[in-house]
Amino acid sequence: MKEIITSKNLCLWYGETKALNNINIEIPENKITALIGPSGCGKSTFLKTLNRMNDLIQGVKITGEIKYEGKNIFDTSVDVNELRKKIGMVFQKPNPFPMSIYDNIAYGPRTHGVKKKSELDVIVESSLKGAAIWEEVKDKLNKSALSLSGGQQQRLCIARSLAVKPKVLLMDEPTSALDPISSAKIEELILSVKEKVTVIIVTHNMQQALRVSDKTAFFLLGELIETNDTKILFNDPMDERTGDYVNGRFG
Amino acid sequence: MKKRKTYSMLINILMYASIALVVSLVVFLVGYVMGKGISNITWQLITTKPSKLNGTIGILPDILNTVYIVVLSLIFILPFGVGSAVYLSEYAENKTFVKIIEYAAEILSGIPSIIYGLVGMLLFSNNFGASLLSGALTLTIMNIPTVMRTTQESLKTVPQSYRDGAFGIGAGKWRVVRTIVLPNCVEGIITGSLLSVGRILGESAALLFTAGFAHTLNGVFDIFTSPGATLSVALYVYAKDDGEFGVAFAIAAILMIMTLLINLSAYLISKYFSKKRAN
Repeated sequence: MKEIITSKNLCLWYGETKALNNINIEIPENKITALIGPSGCGKSTFLKTLNRMNDLIQGVKITGEIKYEGKNIFDTSVDVNELRKKIGMVFQKPNPFPMSIYDNIAYGPRTHGVKKKSELDVIVESSLKGAAIWEEVKDKLNKSALSLSGGQQQRLCIARSLAVKPKVLLMDEPTSALDPISSAKIEELILSVKEKVTVIIVTHNMQQALRVSDKTAFFLLGELIETNDTKILFNDPMDERTGDYVNGRFG
Repeated sequence: MKKRKTYSMLINILMYASIALVVSLVVFLVGYVMGKGISNITWQLITTKPSKLNGTIGILPDILNTVYIVVLSLIFILPFGVGSAVYLSEYAENKTFVKIIEYAAEILSGIPSIIYGLVGMLLFSNNFGASLLSGALTLTIMNIPTVMRTTQESLKTVPQSYRDGAFGIGAGKWRVVRTIVLPNCVEGIITGSLLSVGRILGESAALLFTAGFAHTLNGVFDIFTSPGATLSVALYVYAKDDGEFGVAFAIAAILMIMTLLINLSAYLISKYFSKKRAN
């Protein structure tokens, strides 16, 4: 099993507050890794560090390193836009741009230099198909993306990320704002994309972690308590606190 | 119990009286100006220049000068106003610095326009002569804070999640600003510009100093060197120097109609954009 991302002694501060303490983890390629833990444990912070979305927040200080395909992402020679193209992100709340469905998907490729209409058409179709929403929107590509339902919007956002052919997809509680049926569709979708992309998903939903992930990492108070194969972590955790959390004794 | 009822009735009467006062003031003002002005607007008045030889008065030069000043000012105001707003809201990292500039802009927009006129005269008219260009530059300084503040306010209404979404697929800062943030602010920018246009239309003090009050008929290429009165300035000149109150009221009516049209278009534009967003 090959690692695509490795974090070494990663610490992160928001101003004076230490939000991540000495995180060491290896993310396997083309697997689904779930990050679980109670609110405020640092799992979302860690996720946002992986594609340097934390750069946008003032007063963030980071020590340690994260290697993506063997290269430290904090290195000054790294082009952060190129990094985010490779490591895409899907957010908690669906956030399609206020433009047409087509333009939403084409936004990424256009950003990275694809201009030809014929090429864009191909990318838009394959991305929408990849996100299992093509059948629903193929007749209204010029309609505003905001006219779609919440679940469709989220799948559109996944399609938008897929359109730049990322290697990794970070998902920050992608189903927490959705109804159960839409959530189920997203979960199906996550399972179907893992052949092409590595997925790292933050979730509050233990059942979801069990259903979709190959590996699970348990965070608590800014520390990584335990990482293991999902089945093992849930059934036979090494740390007592992990057991207490996954069995719902706190959190 | 009775006391309470009388008290609330009294308050009601006072409120209705205030509303009646405000409404009747507006109606009176508009009615008075329109009544006296409209009948004086003639085809000859708005299509010719004044002629001492024929003893006729025409305000075509003043209309054209107004258009020149408005367009020229907007050409300067928009890039600087919008540019500084984008910098302050999207790029600047030092929040104290931003606060200071915002505060300075508030103060600038409260300064009486005659002071701008005085400064503009020394700064611009001394170098470019009393010209439409000097006038427009003075009005630019006067109006940049307005456009900057309204743009900033509308930049704040663009949800952070749009920016995050674009950054998340590897778009750079400028691309995010250009393709995601600004298109969602067009409405605010237009509203701010229209506010400025209204202010420019009504401005006289700052222009008396800088663009002069001659009713010269200017071609488009004369604006950099030639002085000229705008409608507001001409209104002052005709009423005060020439005692031509008919012409003054005609100009007043025209200015009022223009103001009405500007407000109407601001309303229609914001309605158009909110509708466009909805589908």
